[in-house]
Amino acid sequence: MSTRGTGRTNGSLPQTKICQFKLVLLGDMAVGKSSLVLRFVKGQFDEFQETTIGAAFLAQSVCLDDTTVKFEIWDTAGQERYHSLAPMYYRGAQAAIVVFDITKPETFERAKAWVKELQRQASPNIVIALAGNKADLADKRLVEYEEAQTYAEDTGLLFMETSAKTAMNVNELFLAIAKKMPKTDTQNPTHAARHRGVNLQDPDAQSSRSCCGN
Amino acid sequence: MAADVHNKGVSWEIKNGNLAPSDRLRQDRSDSPTPGLVEGTEPGAGQEGAMFVHAQSFEDLTADSESNTDNKSAEVGDSNPENAQKAALEGGEEEVQEESLEAEQEEVGKEEVQSSNKAKEEDVTSETWRSHRKHVFVLSEAGKPIYTRYGTEEALSSIMGVMMLLMSFVEDKKNTIRSIHADGYRVVFLRKSPLILVGVFRTSCSDRELTRELHYVYYQIVSLLTLTQLNHVFQNRQSYDLRRLLAGSEHLTDSLLRLLDRDPGLLLSAVMCLPLASSARDVVSSSLQAAKAKNLVFSILLAGNRLVTLVRKKDQFLHHMDLHLLFNLVVSSSSFREGEGWTPICLPKFNPAGFFHAHISYLEPASDLCLILVSTDREDFFNLSDCKKRFLERLRRRSAYQSLQEALNMPSYPVSQVGIPELRHFVYKSKSSGLYTSPDLPAPYQEEEEHERLMGLYQHLHSCLHNPTRPLRYIYRCAETENLYALVTSGFELYLCFSPLGTKGLAVSAVNKLLKWIRKEEDRLFILSPLTY
Ligand SMILES: Nc1nc2c(ncn2[C@@H]2O[C@H](COP(=O)(O)OP(=O)(O)O)[C@@H](O)[C@H]2O)c(=O)[nH]1
Ligand SMILES: [Mg+2]
Repeated sequence: MSTRGTGRTNGSLPQTKICQFKLVLLGDMAVGKSSLVLRFVKGQFDEFQETTIGAAFLAQSVCLDDTTVKFEIWDTAGQERYHSLAPMYYRGAQAAIVVFDITKPETFERAKAWVKELQRQASPNIVIALAGNKADLADKRLVEYEEAQTYAEDTGLLFMETSAKTAMNVNELFLAIAKKMPKTDTQNPTHAARHRGVNLQDPDAQSSRSCCGN
Repeated sequence: MAADVHNKGVSWEIKNGNLAPSDRLRQDRSDSPTPGLVEGTEPGAGQEGAMFVHAQSFEDLTADSESNTDNKSAEVGDSNPENAQKAALEGGEEEVQEESLEAEQEEVGKEEVQSSNKAKEEDVTSETWRSHRKHVFVLSEAGKPIYTRYGTEEALSSIMGVMMLLMSFVEDKKNTIRSIHADGYRVVFLRKSPLILVGVFRTSCSDRELTRELHYVYYQIVSLLTLTQLNHVFQNRQSYDLRRLLAGSEHLTDSLLRLLDRDPGLLLSAVMCLPLASSARDVVSSSLQAAKAKNLVFSILLAGNRLVTLVRKKDQFLHHMDLHLLFNLVVSSSSFREGEGWTPICLPKFNPAGFFHAHISYLEPASDLCLILVSTDREDFFNLSDCKKRFLERLRRRSAYQSLQEALNMPSYPVSQVGIPELRHFVYKSKSSGLYTSPDLPAPYQEEEEHERLMGLYQHLHSCLHNPTRPLRYIYRCAETENLYALVTSGFELYLCFSPLGTKGLAVSAVNKLLKWIRKEEDRLFILSPLTY
C-alpha cells in the first residue's frame, strides 16, 4: 500500500509532462482483471467481484519523475461471446496486461493465445505484460513461477506475479509498464484529443501519429 | 419483425383528439375527475404519444407463440390451483431425480464448461432443491442443458434430456406440449427454436402467465447473443454447448427471475417512474435531449428500477420488455459502478438480429442514478462518454442535480397520501403511456415472502382479467389476509389491495377517489411529455 501515495498524482503541475496511453487487460474470465484494475485505480478489493459485462473503461495516472503517465484502461470481460470485439480494445493500445490465474493452468494457456494474437494483430510497439494473478493462493498454485517467467523471457514480455487481494505487485506492474512507455508530451489538448479518438477509430493513423515516437 | 416493431409509432397519435387534454390545459386536466375510460385520456396518459411500442399487455408479448400453440394442453392429474401451495413433488418425478444423480457422475470431466456460481452448487436431490417455488430450465433442441435456476446444469443433464424427449414425443404426433398439471405443480413448456424452455412451478398462476415468464428468459438469452448468432451456432453444431457463449451471464437470468416475482412492471408490461416534480423532470429530460450524438438512439436515466426519463430518436420506439432487460442488466451487475461500461446488447423486441452498443455508467459512484446511452455504432464509446459529460454539465448548471438527488433519497410515497381507509396498496397502469405507479409497500408486505405473495395475488388477478376465453372487466376477491379488487378499462388497469375489513362497496368507491388522486398527482408520477432528439 505504501507505494500508492507516491505513485500517483491528482492534479498535474504545469511544468510536468503528461503522457496518455491506452492500456488493455485481456485474459480468461475470473482470473482477476477487474480486481487488478480496481486495486490500481481505487485501492480496493472485492471478494465477490462481479463478472464484467462487455468492457469497462477507467482512467488512472501515475507519476514518474517529471512525467504524469495517464492510463486509459480498458478492462475487457474475457468471455467467449465478446471475443470478436477484442480487437476494438487492443487496436491502437500502447500497452496490454495479459492476466492468468496461477491456480488454473488452462488460463495460462489462454494467456499465451492472447499474447500470440496481440503480437500478430496489435500495434507492433505494444508493451505486453504478463500477470500471474492470485499469487496469494500459493497452496493452490498449479502454474510454476519459473515456467511463466521463462515463457515471458522467451516472448519478450514483462512478467510479474500479482495479487489483487493483497495488493502485491499491482502498482509495481503498472509502474513498470509506465516506465516502458515512450514519453512524448500529449498535454497539447488538440493533440491529446485527437490521439484518443484515433486510438479507437483508426489504427493506421494511430501508429504513424501517436506519441510512441515511431 | 424488427422493422414492424418500431414503425408502429404512427398508430400512437392520440385517437380521440377532442377528448385528449392539450398541453396548455394541464391545469384543467388535473382538475378533471373523469375516470379516463378512453385510452389517451386516462390519468398518466402521455400528451405527445408514448415512449413505448404499443404493448397492451402480455398478449403482445406472447403473440408470436400463440399461432403455433392452438393445440390442447395435456392435463394430467390434479390441476386444482387451490392445492398448489401445499403439494410436493412426488411420484413419477422422483425417479427422474435419481437418474440425474447417476448422470452427474457420468458427466463429470466430460463437460468443458463449469458453473462458476457457487450459490448454484445445490444438491439437486435435496428437499430444498425440490421445494423451490419456480424452477426454470433452458435446454437446446438436442437436449443439452443451458441454464437451470437452481443447482448445476451438469447435475441436471438427465432430467433435461427427459424434458426434451417428452417434447419431441408429443411433437411427433403433430401436437405441441404446453403444460402438464400434476400434484399442484405446473410444468410449462415453451419451444423457441433453437431453445426449449421449461418451467416447473408451484403456483396457482395460469399457463399463460408462466409462459410469459419463460418468454422473458428466452429474450434475456437473445439479448446477450442475438437470435442470428443463436441460430448460427446450432446450425453449425446441433450439440453445441451454449453455456460457453453464455458464461458469466447466469446471474442476469437469476436476477430476471427474481424481478418477475417482485416487479409488477414485468407483469403489466409497464414501467414505473421515479416520482419527481415535473419542472425538475423537464430539466433532466431536456438536458438529456441536448446531449445527443449522431448514432444515439435512446438515452435512459434510471434510479434503481425506476425510470427518471427516456429520450429517444424520433420515430424509434423502445419496447417495454427491452427496457426491462436493460433494467435487469443494470440492477444485476455492480460492475457498472466502476468506471464506464461499454457493452453490446441486443434489444430483441426492437431487432433480434443485431446488437446495439450501450454506454452504462452511474452519475456518481455512490449514486443510484444510472445513465444508459444506446448507440448503433460499436466505435461510439468516446462520443457517448462525451454526451454524458455534457448532460452532467447541463444538469449542474441548471441546478437540477440537487433536486434529483433529493427525490432519490425519498421513498416513493406512502399509500396514506391517497386518503382511502383500508387501502393498503395499489398498482395503476396507464395503458397509453405504458407507465405505472404504485406506492411503497406497507409493513406486512415488506418482507420478501409477503411481497412475493402479494405479487402472486396480483398475478392471479391479472390472469383472470386477461383470460383469453373469458376476459373479465373487474374482479373482487376476499381472502383471509386481504381483499383485492382489480379492474381493466380501455385506458387503464388497476389492482387494489385492501385490509380484510374492506368491503366491495368500499373498493368500488375507492376507485374513483384514487383516480382523482392520480389525476391530481400525474405530473409527478408520470412522464407526460416524453422528448425525442
Ligand atoms: N484470492 C484471490 N482472489 C482474487 C484475486 N483477484 C481476483 N480474485 C477473485 O477472483 C474472482 C474473479 O475476479 P475478477 O476481477 O472478476 O476477474 P475477471 O473476470 O478477470 O475480471 C473474484 O471473486 C475475485 O474476488 C487475487 O489476487 N487473489
Ligand atoms: Mg472482469
